[in-house]
Amino acid sequence: MIRFRVNGRAAEVAESGARLLDVLRLELGLCGTKEGCGEGECGACSVLIGERVVNSCLVPVSQVDGCEVTTIEGLASPALARAFVEEGGAQCGICTPGMMCAAEALLRACPRPTIDQVRAALAGNLCRCTGYTKIFAAVLRAAGERAAGEQAAGERAAP
Amino acid sequence: MASVGRRVARVDGWDKVTGAARYVDDLTIAGCWFGATVRSTVPHGRLRGLHREPTFDWDRIVLVTAADIPGDNVIALIEDDQPALAKTEIHHVAEPVALIAAPTPELARAAACAVQLDVEPLPAVLSLFDATRVFREYEITKGDVAAARAHADLIVEGESTTGAQEQLYIEPQGMIAQPRPGGGITVLGSMQCPFYVHRALMRVLGLPSEKVAVIQTVTGGGFGGKEEYPSMLAAHAALLSRKAGRPVKMVYDRQEDIAATTKRHPSRVRHSTAVRRDGTLLAMDIDIALDGGAYCTLSPVVLSRGTIHAAGAYACPNVRVRSRVLMTHTPPHGAFRGFGAPQTLFAVEMQVERVARALGIDPVDLRRRWLLREGDTTATGQPVVAGAAAEVLERALAQYRSKSSPPPPPPRRRGVGVSLYLHGAGFTGSGEDKLKGRAAVRVAEDGGFEVLAASTEIGQGTRTIFAQLAADALGVPYQQIRVVEPDTSCVPDSGPTVASRTCMVVGRVVEEAARELRAQLLRWGESARVTAPDLSALAHERARRAGPLAVEKVYAPPPGIHWDDAAFSGDAYPVYAWGANVAEVDVDPDTGEVEVTRLVAAADAGRVVHPVLAEGQIEGGAVQALGWALTEEVKYQDGRVLNDRLATYIIPTSADVPVLETVLVEQPFAHGPAGGAKGIGELPMDGPGPAIVAAVAQATGVLLPELPLLPEKILAALEARGEREEAGR
Repeated sequence: MIRFRVNGRAAEVAESGARLLDVLRLELGLCGTKEGCGEGECGACSVLIGERVVNSCLVPVSQVDGCEVTTIEGLASPALARAFVEEGGAQCGICTPGMMCAAEALLRACPRPTIDQVRAALAGNLCRCTGYTKIFAAVLRAAGERAAGEQAAGERAAP
Repeated sequence: MASVGRRVARVDGWDKVTGAARYVDDLTIAGCWFGATVRSTVPHGRLRGLHREPTFDWDRIVLVTAADIPGDNVIALIEDDQPALAKTEIHHVAEPVALIAAPTPELARAAACAVQLDVEPLPAVLSLFDATRVFREYEITKGDVAAARAHADLIVEGESTTGAQEQLYIEPQGMIAQPRPGGGITVLGSMQCPFYVHRALMRVLGLPSEKVAVIQTVTGGGFGGKEEYPSMLAAHAALLSRKAGRPVKMVYDRQEDIAATTKRHPSRVRHSTAVRRDGTLLAMDIDIALDGGAYCTLSPVVLSRGTIHAAGAYACPNVRVRSRVLMTHTPPHGAFRGFGAPQTLFAVEMQVERVARALGIDPVDLRRRWLLREGDTTATGQPVVAGAAAEVLERALAQYRSKSSPPPPPPRRRGVGVSLYLHGAGFTGSGEDKLKGRAAVRVAEDGGFEVLAASTEIGQGTRTIFAQLAADALGVPYQQIRVVEPDTSCVPDSGPTVASRTCMVVGRVVEEAARELRAQLLRWGESARVTAPDLSALAHERARRAGPLAVEKVYAPPPGIHWDDAAFSGDAYPVYAWGANVAEVDVDPDTGEVEVTRLVAAADAGRVVHPVLAEGQIEGGAVQALGWALTEEVKYQDGRVLNDRLATYIIPTSADVPVLETVLVEQPFAHGPAGGAKGIGELPMDGPGPAIVAAVAQATGVLLPELPLLPEKILAALEARGEREEAGR
């Protein structure tokens, strides 16, 4: 058996060559992760393994044994979600789950990215609707809000 | 508080950012089987038969061929020339010939591979240059071109070409068909036009209207690619479902989607322009050829839009446009954002560059001189009303000049190019009048307000905009409006979600219906002596005491509109929206690579209903156009798409585009909703191509009027000028 955690909950599936994408969608019912090309080019199937963003269509499920997997359903970043809605980062929405996972990986590694860091970090996730500008705005706004939130939390915690 | 003009949160936003939105492939239906398609591998041939591999286990496999079709073997559109399944003759590679349903997708695919087609190959026409069969041709005549040319100081001639382009919605085509008790069928899926699918299913299945229901699921992009093709896929899923007697799901993988579905029409446009030395424009003579592919599909309408836009945003007293769309043995070309106009606008903008060079006039000054002003007439003789050509041009230039860019790192060379264009919103000619799009607003049984329309949300924001327009007309907060999911069994036929018509045309109907509903509700309140604190409370009272109340309206074109289909003259569109781009590029002379370092768009939206959504349309269209201009080449070999994968068909990524600079201009259309909105969905596709090519021309000194402008072409042009040494020397 392959044992791993998805969005903080334990998961156990039979050992196989199945793609992580199919296990998430078909066995675990997590349909937020999408398939756009099946060959790691579009990023619609992006999820986090630990802190890294990966194309789940290219990951055999056996590789996630013992790992922590995070999908859009478990992303738990209200600032990022709100920014995507309000800044126009989502239009048709099919790239959005993967795009947000890539953005989350960036913000965890680099809490205050520059615009060029955002452009580079999202370059593996194709969007055909937005032209990317509003996605950049959403990610930068979420970064700012999260940093401000942490600063406020830090000040509250200070003696 | 009015919601129009504000950045209200899009109504489908939260579902999309949490992963809750359910697209067709996310739906699971008990007992559902999976479909696959057996396709031709030759571009032209006689179908002699179909053989099932005897060693394959055919138990639990359903096979459908043309012989199983209960109705007409045709995908109903303009001409009835395209079969649902080829029966005797193959007309293109990837043409569907047979269908398979099986309990698993893997088994269905294996069975499809175990079907062999016996095809006798026939000679194929594979390029526009060899094509002779004409699907449709048009001619526009304004003034006297021959007489005007006799007075010219200079005749400037030139040819422009553009290639096919894949829509590349990130959600591939998908459909689920479910049999209904009593012999009917319900089809759910990813689509732009539920009533197109409905009409096609009635024909193929031989069923009456009430036995067919079509429901749009959350749709992951369309761009025209889900205008006509979903009728084909829905027919296939329905045929399998009826034979299998169970639900059948068909979802294409990316390769099948790129190989088989429609693309933008390749084009070849020739211009011959008569001018005086001082830059006065005397006459334009334009010849257009589009490659329609193997079947007619929407080609006549694509050609008509291309023809009408061919003279661009310019006032020319004498114009002749001759155009035709021709048959080739490639998969059919069809609807794609802009619908023929991007091709012919590219050509006219290239021609402005040529004339400017020939006369030694700055191309921006030449545009200022030629552009259509209020009261001038277009090529079809339509007087310009609510024109904004000068304004978008100056606003785009002002935005560009408001910032300075760092100089390009050597050896890269900088260039700046400009484009100016217009785009007709709504159906062409008498289209809207014939279509009579309908929409309704009602007080539902539970007392809530609902909008009922067939217009689909495909990312552009239909649901949000309809909620805003209805809310403001009713005088209630937009959160109180529910926009009902498009289901042909319960929404009126608003017409298709195409042609930049959803906000301007259907939105106007929604607004009128909401206004009338408010009036009727208030009258009911008075007559029933009901006092309520607000309209919402009154609606709930109404529903409780007297049941639902609905108002349905039909689109009425603006008064005084006249179009002559035979002469191809008159008011081609209710109104035009206007756009201008400034593109700044760096060209690397060693690699031929082009980086777009800045892209400014000024777009006339008439009245901005939602700033974020409007900018989103302009920005998304600009990047799709950037891809068409620089990287998106569909490569064919013997009629087959060679690069049918995302690894080889290259669309722009976030690393390939600059932060876009968008300027929204408002030149209100008197007959538009919200005090003047115009359609802007397609406008942004028109201008970045020519602006980028003009910028490359400035950087390199060579005007290369062909899209996509690949690095190889730039290097070859630089080599031809002796500017670049051969590699390895």
